[in-house]
Amino acid sequence: MDNLIVKTITRLIVPFIQIYGIFIILHGHISPGGGFSGGAVLGASMILYTLSYGLTAANKKLPHKVTGVFESGGIIWYVLLGLVGIFLGGSFLSNKEVGFFMGKAGDVISGGFIPLITAAIGLKVASTMITLFHTIIEED
Amino acid sequence: MKKALVILVLLGLFVLLTSSVLKMPSLGSIDNPSYNETSVYYIENAIEDTHAPNAIASIITDYRSFDTLGETTVLFTSIAAVLSVLRLNHNSKEKGDKNNG
Amino acid sequence: MELLNVILVVFLIVCAIAVERTKDLLSAVIIFDAYSLTMAVLWLLLKAPDIALTEAAIGAGVTTILFVSVISRTRRVKK
Repeated sequence: MDNLIVKTITRLIVPFIQIYGIFIILHGHISPGGGFSGGAVLGASMILYTLSYGLTAANKKLPHKVTGVFESGGIIWYVLLGLVGIFLGGSFLSNKEVGFFMGKAGDVISGGFIPLITAAIGLKVASTMITLFHTIIEED
Repeated sequence: MKKALVILVLLGLFVLLTSSVLKMPSLGSIDNPSYNETSVYYIENAIEDTHAPNAIASIITDYRSFDTLGETTVLFTSIAAVLSVLRLNHNSKEKGDKNNG
Repeated sequence: MELLNVILVVFLIVCAIAVERTKDLLSAVIIFDAYSLTMAVLWLLLKAPDIALTEAAIGAGVTTILFVSVISRTRRVKK
């Protein structure tokens, strides 16, 4: 797919899509959105890059090793956050009772472990979609 | 004969489904059975409990975070299954080519 | 607003039937894309903006790309 228009437009528009995805993930506990929607937008931006620049360039930008780390790291991070609750004397995945930093309602850094969990889910969903797409279109 | 039976069964199903849809409570009404003390608790205490203005986020990542963990596990399992099927096929084909050549 | 809802739901049903009746799989995927986009607008009208975001990104974007990439590796027309 060697099209100058597609490549130029993709190069211009991909950063904005990624910023929007990160915005949705970071503001998941304030505005509509959250891990799944933001991760889908992030993954879609990388799929657009793959479609216009080819698989080898995309693999150079985001190798399979990195997506694999995100893939398993997201869920391990989630479980570790749950286990923190047990070690601090609460139950599994308890938030306010074990003293996570709550902050003021409406700030970006507030809400205990909700932003941390949302970030983990977002990275995981994005890497899942990218891995699925790369695996399917891989030439054999 | 068979076709008439199929049409009869489908017609009965249509009447059943339409009547059940017509009996459903209207959207957002206060008399709905789903509007019970659980949702009232969430609406009243979500901000105080989690300090997150988005009540949906506070429900799916705080009150019901164990369910979300299960959801994430489903994603992980599905991608593991896809990778194990497609990658395995890919590798074995490469090996076969080498053996042939 | 009521009229818009009715039009969108009717369009949804027409899309669902058309997906099933189309022989060309690529056209079916595009019609399914229209279905997902209509569903996203309907979620927005039902005051669920986060579900609308997810539906627009996953249903209309990624699912279509995955289907098209699968079709490009198999047959396009159903036998």
